[in-house]
Formats: sequence, structure tokens, C-alpha cells
Amino acid sequence: MSIERLLGRPLAVINVGLEVFAQELEADGVPVVHLDWRPPVGGPRIAAILARLADDEGAGGMGGS
Amino acid sequence: MTTGAVRAVVWRSYYQDSMALMRLAATLRERPGVREAAALMGTPANHDVLRGAGLAVPEAADAGPSDLVLVVSAATDADAEAALGAAREFFERRQRVVEESGRRRPRTLSSARRDLPDANLVAISVPGEYAAAEAMRALKAGLHVFLFSDNVALEDEIALKRLAVERQLFCMGPDCGTAYVNGVGLGFANVVTRGRVGCVAASGTGLQAVVSRLDALGEGISHAIGVGGRDLGAAVDGAMTKLALHALAADTGTELIVVISKPPAPSVLSPLEQAIRATGKPVVVCCLGAAPRADGNARWVATLDDAAGCAVATLRGQAWTPRSFGDPATVRTRLESIRGGSGALLGLYTGGTLAHEARVVLEPLIGAVAYGAHGGGPHRVLDLGEDEFTVGRPHPMIDPEARAARVRDSVERADVGVLLLDLVLGKAAHADPATPLVTALFDARRAAERAGRSLTVVASVTGTARDPQGLQRQTEALEGAGTIVLPSNAEAARFAALTLRRDLATTLLGGSS
Amino acid sequence: MTVSIAAANREAVDRLCRARPTWIAMSTAREALGLNGRTLLHAGPPIAWDRMCDPMRGAVLCAAQYEGWAADPVEAERLAESGDIAFAPCHSRGAVGPMAGIISPRMPVIVVEDPVNGTRAWSTMGTGPGPQIRFGAHGPEILARLAWNHEVLAPALQTVLDREGPLDLTALMAQALTMGDEMHMRNAASTSLLARWLAGPLVSAVKDPTQLERVLRFLTRDNDQHFLTWAMGAAKTAARAIEGLEGSTMVSAMARNGVEFGIRVAGLGDRWFTGPASVVAGAYFPGFSAADANRDIGDSAIMETYGLGGMAMVASPAVIRIVGAKSFQAALATTRSMQEITAGANPAFSIAAVDGDGAPTGIDVRRVVESGIVPSINTAIAHRDRRVARIIGAGIATPPLEPFTEALLAFDGAYR
Repeated sequence: MSIERLLGRPLAVINVGLEVFAQELEADGVPVVHLDWRPPVGGPRIAAILARLADDEGAGGMGGS
Repeated sequence: MTTGAVRAVVWRSYYQDSMALMRLAATLRERPGVREAAALMGTPANHDVLRGAGLAVPEAADAGPSDLVLVVSAATDADAEAALGAAREFFERRQRVVEESGRRRPRTLSSARRDLPDANLVAISVPGEYAAAEAMRALKAGLHVFLFSDNVALEDEIALKRLAVERQLFCMGPDCGTAYVNGVGLGFANVVTRGRVGCVAASGTGLQAVVSRLDALGEGISHAIGVGGRDLGAAVDGAMTKLALHALAADTGTELIVVISKPPAPSVLSPLEQAIRATGKPVVVCCLGAAPRADGNARWVATLDDAAGCAVATLRGQAWTPRSFGDPATVRTRLESIRGGSGALLGLYTGGTLAHEARVVLEPLIGAVAYGAHGGGPHRVLDLGEDEFTVGRPHPMIDPEARAARVRDSVERADVGVLLLDLVLGKAAHADPATPLVTALFDARRAAERAGRSLTVVASVTGTARDPQGLQRQTEALEGAGTIVLPSNAEAARFAALTLRRDLATTLLGGSS
Repeated sequence: MTVSIAAANREAVDRLCRARPTWIAMSTAREALGLNGRTLLHAGPPIAWDRMCDPMRGAVLCAAQYEGWAADPVEAERLAESGDIAFAPCHSRGAVGPMAGIISPRMPVIVVEDPVNGTRAWSTMGTGPGPQIRFGAHGPEILARLAWNHEVLAPALQTVLDREGPLDLTALMAQALTMGDEMHMRNAASTSLLARWLAGPLVSAVKDPTQLERVLRFLTRDNDQHFLTWAMGAAKTAARAIEGLEGSTMVSAMARNGVEFGIRVAGLGDRWFTGPASVVAGAYFPGFSAADANRDIGDSAIMETYGLGGMAMVASPAVIRIVGAKSFQAALATTRSMQEITAGANPAFSIAAVDGDGAPTGIDVRRVVESGIVPSINTAIAHRDRRVARIIGAGIATPPLEPFTEALLAFDGAYR
């Protein structure tokens, strides 16, 4: 169950945004990767399309990688 | 118009996060000769901010959302140039730290997952207009989401939570400031013990207050799932709250659940009560402003400290009733030492829920309390984290100067007799929020004295013994400036009310508990 | 969405990685590509004569004379201006051509086939050091060289193939990669390996000793880039396996015509998405500078499409100097960036400098748009004037982002 993947296992975080949150997690010994994020060229409209076309691990039971 | 120099530099394709930029601007402002400094990405909104601050310069006019704009206004050219040089060093140092660590920072979520294949949560704090897209991507990838960003459209929140529930994933937020998973604090989190209380919170500072209080009373947190401020509204229909309750019910480490929120929308109330009942565990519900009651396995309480107190008592099999003050004798002594007790009450808050709680506690005691800067009065509570106060300016939890300025300003202008404050500690917050506040309080006292007015300052400190700022140090700093510090926000509000309404002392402090 | 992009892309990467392009034959463009009448193929996305850059025009004038449609460059130019020549991209016929990339009916072509995915593609042959049609040369000397290729070289190579059987280009390129080639701007090892394979059999394939010596010198001396067109044929053969793959956001072609840069996307079939061809950032030979340079040109970006060239830059320390890159660290950073925008890695092309990771393979337009990182192309720089018609340097071309964004939007529209 997906909840079990979070509450039952060690936390491992991908941080997207404010770097201070990644720094705090690192100081806590939590495995964390800080994304070098920037707004996509083309703005929120492009961001929305990227989200729409993003790989869907749960769709149609096709199972993720 | 004053003379002086304005210098600017634009760094193309040099995106930096807003908090890093605010910290930089604050550092630059402290430099000799610097009058004003701005470090902003070139978004249309930020160009407006620059214009408003008189810092719009032609060389920055074509800066776009991925370009960093630095503008410094100083007494002399040399001062301005030195400040820009310091900024350059700041970024070079940051870059060196990254390079020396040898790790390359991924630019896409997919690459990040290659770097960290066991990742199970994505923490998102990008600007609001991009946050929903990032969250959607994470959910589709089968990852849980901690969504700190606010200014996310309601319809996006609904779509995100619909997908999250379908995939049995948490979407914590939008506008979720704090959460705890497996003993790790996310966002603005206090350092607390791991333990047996699970929380579901529609509020960041509300959660911080409850977990800090639990920690002080010797209990710890299993998990605290943030759901964002709109979750219990009619539109979102409690989607995440129900999922979180279900998860905590199944979690063997959770013995008792605390729910922290504003009152749910009428359509959501009954399903929420059902979900609470279905957990089969004791649940303490703090819906600020709702009437206290008992309902099967659930106990509804009026304030945040009541929630903590009731939870602890329940866990230990003790009886519990709400009390106005934990230590009425000490409160009485302090009350008697205060002269004066007239004028208006002004609450200057950094935590929205704490501001709301203050108002809920105050109004039955002192009458109408205006919320926000406009209309009503004389009594008023301001949530300085609200949009109207933070456009282009730092959130007061990150930069205490903003509130300090307001303290000076308000006491100088108005007939403020009682100042009510919160001080919120924890990770990611400012390293020493008490000091700028204390400096402002000294100035405010002097101003009040000059005007022949009395000024009472009442506060609570939300934090734990192990928080980086040092709970004791921060409390003592406030007390050293003549502030009366109470153990909780609700008690602080009640105390503030008592200074204006001595006649209430019997009710609030009198014999019975 | 009924089709799974993730699944389609996994299939695309699989096809690219398992491809085993093999050199099977020589042919002519007429026979292999059905090129008839007065049709010329050119590099890059579609472009008409009036917009062509000078080097490409020079190559057209050369081809027109070579075909016998015109007696001299002046007549050839009149022919081109009159609209009597039809133009089409090499890619439209499953072919690739370097720099100007002009292919005419009589020209010999290399035939490459992939038995695993069942695809085929074609490429041209260079004419060695000296004037080259690919840079716009159109005088008597280049015509003589083209004639020699046609009459002597191509038949000799066909004879070798008849006797030796097909040549596994994947194995050759994998070996060359370990020897410091990236197969776009650095082909010294691959050229040597090809010459080594051909040398012995050529002895009996070319009866005339003078011609034999000429062929061997051609293959082994002053011709370090000779293998490029074989590499391009191999890359195109592999890439053809993903053309038209439903639901895939993988780039199936990248190409430039000196004026525009264009891409094709697997799930969007034959559509071109274009933007301005870039100014190449590079290192120049003595006497030349950026002022003399033509914009980015050629179908050779098919190398990067396949995961070699700029994508595998760090495998080739020598190319770093050739293209004027700053340092090994910079090359490493480039390959790491290319890993960001690709969906997979080709285990057939293992790169020691990145801990044996396979070459970054399968450029995903979604990742390009999300990260803002565009594929990095190592390329030759041509002189802008067809009267000079030569290479003047080498560098790194950074294509525009717009074609990738346009492709993303088109994909979104097509797959709703």
C-alpha cells in the first residue's frame, strides 16, 4: 500500500524549491536531493502541459519502473 | 528624494529561491551606507515591487522570470558597489559549496529519482503558479507530496487531491507549512520527540503549537500529516483529512490522534465525524472557535493547548477539564504588578492560526476584535503573514524586522495599551527572532513613556527545548524587555484580556479549576 | 490518454539500444532512394533554393554539374533559380548527408541495415582532403573527385563487401569509443578501424596498382573524418526504428540546413519542428574567425540523436580541444547534462569516464523543455562563402529551445 511506502519506511526526500528545507533535512541525516529548479521557459502554461504529459506510474495498472 | 547612488546588476538565467534572496537582501541592508536593497527574480509582480520601492532601473527593465535582479540604493557609489560585490561573493560561495560537494544537482524530477531511487516524498516550495504542476508530476510518479507553496488555485488543489486519494498518496497542502513523517520534521518544524500521538493539521503554526506543547508535557509525535488550510472546506471536502485519519488509524505507532483545524464546512462536518469515529482510536479535535464537546471516541476542545493537555491526559488515563490558566497563582501575582490597563489591544502575529486563536479567545472577554488592518477597532489582531503584508516582502517568520517595524510604528501612532505577540521557533525559521523584537519593544516603551501612556506587552513562545533558537534564551530575552510570557497563546490572550478587564479576574483566576 | 508515454519511450530506448546497424552494400541514390529526374536531397529540414545558405548553394551547383544537368556553375545557378530542380530533405528518404548534405541521383551511397529492428538507411561518402562538396566546392577538382568515388572507390568497396560480408558498425564504433572517438567531430580511431578492415581485401578488389595505392592513401591518410558518414548511416538506421512510434516523445531526428535547425519526434511522425540554426561557439583554424563562419549545418546531428557525438563528449579528451571546450570537467558536465535529457543509456557504448555508464540515449522532448537543457552538438564550422568552401574550425552548437517546446505542444494536442 502506498501509505506504507511512506510511513513504514525511512524518509527519502526530493526537495523542489527553497534550499533551506533541503539543508535542514540533510542536517537531520535524511537522504535528500535538492533539485536545481527553475521555471520552465514558456511559463505556467508549459509547466501544466509537462505535468499532463508526465510519466504516470499508476495509470491503467501499467506499473512503474 | 534623497541624494545617493543606485546600482543594479542583472544575472541572466540565474534562478535562486525566494528565501535565499530574502536573506541576501536582509544581509545587504545591514551593510554600511545601504538604504535599501532588493534581490528578486524578474517576474512581472517583482518588477511592480521594484517600482513601488523606487528601485526600478532601466538596466533591469528586460529581466525575465529566470533572471536575477539586484538593486542597491546607498549613500555613495562606493557603498553601493561594495554591496553588489558582497552579493557576488555570496553566490560564488554558494556555488563553491555545491561544486565541492561533488554532487551534481539534477534539473528534472526524473533525474532526481535516478539519484535517489528510494525517494518516497517530494517537498515542493516553488512559486505558487508552478506548484500544482510539480505536485501533479510527483503524484503521477507515485510519490507523496509535501506542498508548502501557497497561491495554488482551488481547482488545482481539488484535482491534486483527487489523484492523491485515488493513488493512496498524501498531498500535504497546498499552504502546508509543517509536517512530521517518521520523526522527521518537514518545513517549519520544531524539534520534538518521537512518540505515540498522530496529528492531522490544516494549519502550520497550529500544529507547531500543539506538538511543542505535547513535547513539553512529555509526549511525542508518531506522524503529523498537514492537509492545508482549505481541506475542510466544502470544495475540497476533507479529502486529505479523511485519508490521513485512515492512515493514522492503521499506524501501529499511533495511539491517539489530534486533529487541528478551523471549523469544517457544514457539508464536511458529518463525514468528518464519521471518519473520526471509524479510526477506533481516541481522537482530540481542536477546531478553533467550535464548541467543546465529547462524542464517542472524540473530544472536541476549544484551544491548541487544550488539545495537547487533553491528549496527554487521555493517554495517561487521567481526567481532564479545560482551565483558563495552568498556574493561576503566578498569573495573579503578575497581573497585580502591572499598572494601567486602558487603551486598545493590538495583536501582531507571525502565525495565522495563533492570530485566529487569539481572536477566538479574546472576543468573549473584551468584545469585538478587528481582524486585519482595516475597519473596526479599537481592538485589533493582525496576521502579518497574510498576503496584504507580505507582497514582495519577507514573511515575518523568516525576517523578524518586518514585525519589529510594525511594533514601533503602531505604538507611536495609536493608543495601544496592550501588545499581544507570538514568537515561533523551529527549523528553517529565523535564527534569533527575539532580538529584533526586543529592540523594537524597548523603543516602543520609550515612545509610550514619552506620550505618558502605559504599555503592557504579553507574549507566548511556540517552541521546544531543543529548537535551534533556544527556547529558554528567547523567552528570557523577551522577559528582559519587560514582556510577560505565558506558556501558551491562549493563556497569553486571556492574560492580555485580563489587563483590560480586571473585573474578569475572579472568573478566570478564581478558586475553581 | 490511452497510450502510455512511459511505455512508448521505454520501447523507443530499447529499439535504439538493441539496434545493430551493419554496412551491407554500396548503391546509388537513384537505385536506393528512388531519386529520379532533377531532384536533389539536402541536409536539414525543408528549405527552398532562395533561402539556402551559400555553402549549400555551392553544393547544389556542384551536384547539377556532376549530374550533367549543367555544363558550368553559371548554368547550374540559372537552373536552380528557375525552379527546375526539386529539393527535399535527405531525411525524407531515410538518408543523411553531412554539412550541405546534397545527394544527387548518380551519387554512390552507403547502405546500412539493422537486422534486429529491420530498418535501413543511406549515407554519402566524403571525397577526402581538399575541396569537398559538403562545404560548397563546385569547381573542376571536386567534380573529378566525385567521378573517382563513383568509378573506382564505390565499386572497390562493394567488391570487399561481396567477399567479406557485412561490417558490424556498432562493434566498430564501440571500440572506437574506447579509443577516444565520439563519432561526430572525432573519428580518427573509427576511420583507422574501417581502413584496417578494408585494407587486406582491397588488394584483390582493385586490380590496378596505381588505383589501389590511391584508394589506400585515401582511406588511411589525411582523412580523419572519413568514417563520419558511416557513423551517420548507422545512427540513422537505428533512429528509423523509432520513427512513428505511437506515444513516444523521443527525438527521432535532429538536423540543420545552415539556416534552420529542425527536429522530428517519434510519436509525431514526419513533422518538422524548427528554429533558427545556431551560431557555433568554437575554435578556429589560423586565419579564420567567427565573422567567416556559416551557421550550424548538416544531418550529422543524427549522431547526437543516437547518443554519440556531443552526448558522449567526455569519452573523447581530444575532441575537447578540437571543439574549444574549456576542460575535461566541462566535458564531463556536458555529458552529465545530456543524461538529464535522455531517457536511457546504451550499454553497447560504455563510457569509462562516467563509471561505465552507457552513452546517454533517447532524447526526451519533455525533459528538454522541463530542464531547459538542449542537446549539445559537436560540429565542424563551414566557411560562409561557397567560393572558399572549406572547414574553418570546430565547435559546440547549442540548438534553440523553441522547436522542442513546439513539439511538446504538438504532442499535447495530438494525444489528448
